[in-house]
Amino acid sequence: MTGPTAAPSARIEWRSATVRKVIEETSSVRTLVLDVPGWPGHRAGQHVDVRLTAGDGYQAQRSYSITSAPLAPHVALTIERLDDGEVSSYLCGELAKGDVFELRGPIGGYFQWDVSDGGPLLLVAGGSGIVPLMAMLRHRSMSLPDTAARHALPARLLYSSRRWSDIIFRVELDQLVGADDTAQVTHTVTREPPPDWTGFRRRIDREMLSQIAWPPDEKPRVFICGPTPLVESAATELAALGHDPSLIKTERFGPTGTG
Amino acid sequence: MSETMGTEAWRLDGNAAAGLLSEMFARDVTIAQATCAGCGATKTIGTLFLYAHEMGAVLRCPGCDNVVLRLSRTHTHLWLDASGARSIAIPFAPGQPT
Repeated sequence: MTGPTAAPSARIEWRSATVRKVIEETSSVRTLVLDVPGWPGHRAGQHVDVRLTAGDGYQAQRSYSITSAPLAPHVALTIERLDDGEVSSYLCGELAKGDVFELRGPIGGYFQWDVSDGGPLLLVAGGSGIVPLMAMLRHRSMSLPDTAARHALPARLLYSSRRWSDIIFRVELDQLVGADDTAQVTHTVTREPPPDWTGFRRRIDREMLSQIAWPPDEKPRVFICGPTPLVESAATELAALGHDPSLIKTERFGPTGTG
Repeated sequence: MSETMGTEAWRLDGNAAAGLLSEMFARDVTIAQATCAGCGATKTIGTLFLYAHEMGAVLRCPGCDNVVLRLSRTHTHLWLDASGARSIAIPFAPGQPT
């Protein structure tokens, strides 16, 4: 069973994943394109658990969001290296093409979006919180090839990064907006914006959200992902602006990200 | 930074416990409705506050902070304390056999 309508598997087994390709996205973020035999298919926004086992049997496990669209030919994870992350430092370090590790998934039925869920789609990301939201944007593009369908389901992304060079998928996002006038991407660069930067350069706040978001009566489907303080602040401000809390879904990454 | 603020920064969503929950339940319970034994509010398990540790996970009610579920994994057991949930209603996922 594959494709966007595949049901989440009732039994989630550990499977072996083989690295097909490594894509360096930024100085601390890489994408792993994987071969996962028996992959049951996923929905945009879902994640996997990755388990590493050392020679002495010690195991470490972390969750990572899936960055590939459900219709993409291979499952891909995009992972940020954390300085003290025992799993991410391996996945973003010595791991190379052809290496094998264990994963289980897809998991998490709550934070997911399918075009059949409708829109408009409002995405708010901080740092590597872009990953599950990128899967949603890719899913939208692949599932809605014609312009009329996209007009009925527009998407906006507000994406906070510390530095210009930290923006994950910057080129792909530029291309997406260039090819699709129903998708809008707004960056805020909080620490080191480029010298000629005229865009936002502060943390996401209520005024910024009110500028970017659709009015609450258009009932946008809202997905917020990133560090816990950013996620909680954005969710609180959107609710204060009148958005229905039941349409706001959040995925917190902890203080800085996943491990 | 106070200890409370530090704890808040580590807070995750119940959705992130989906892997561990899948070891205990045959169905995806992140989309299930749990009724809090503390305040009576009904919340989707994916929206509970999750505090995750190497040993397991604690899921708290976002309304009253009551511990709704405690999950743990040892070498010999999966351990679940659901005394903080008055009930859990698990919907059939789309396309999943009923």
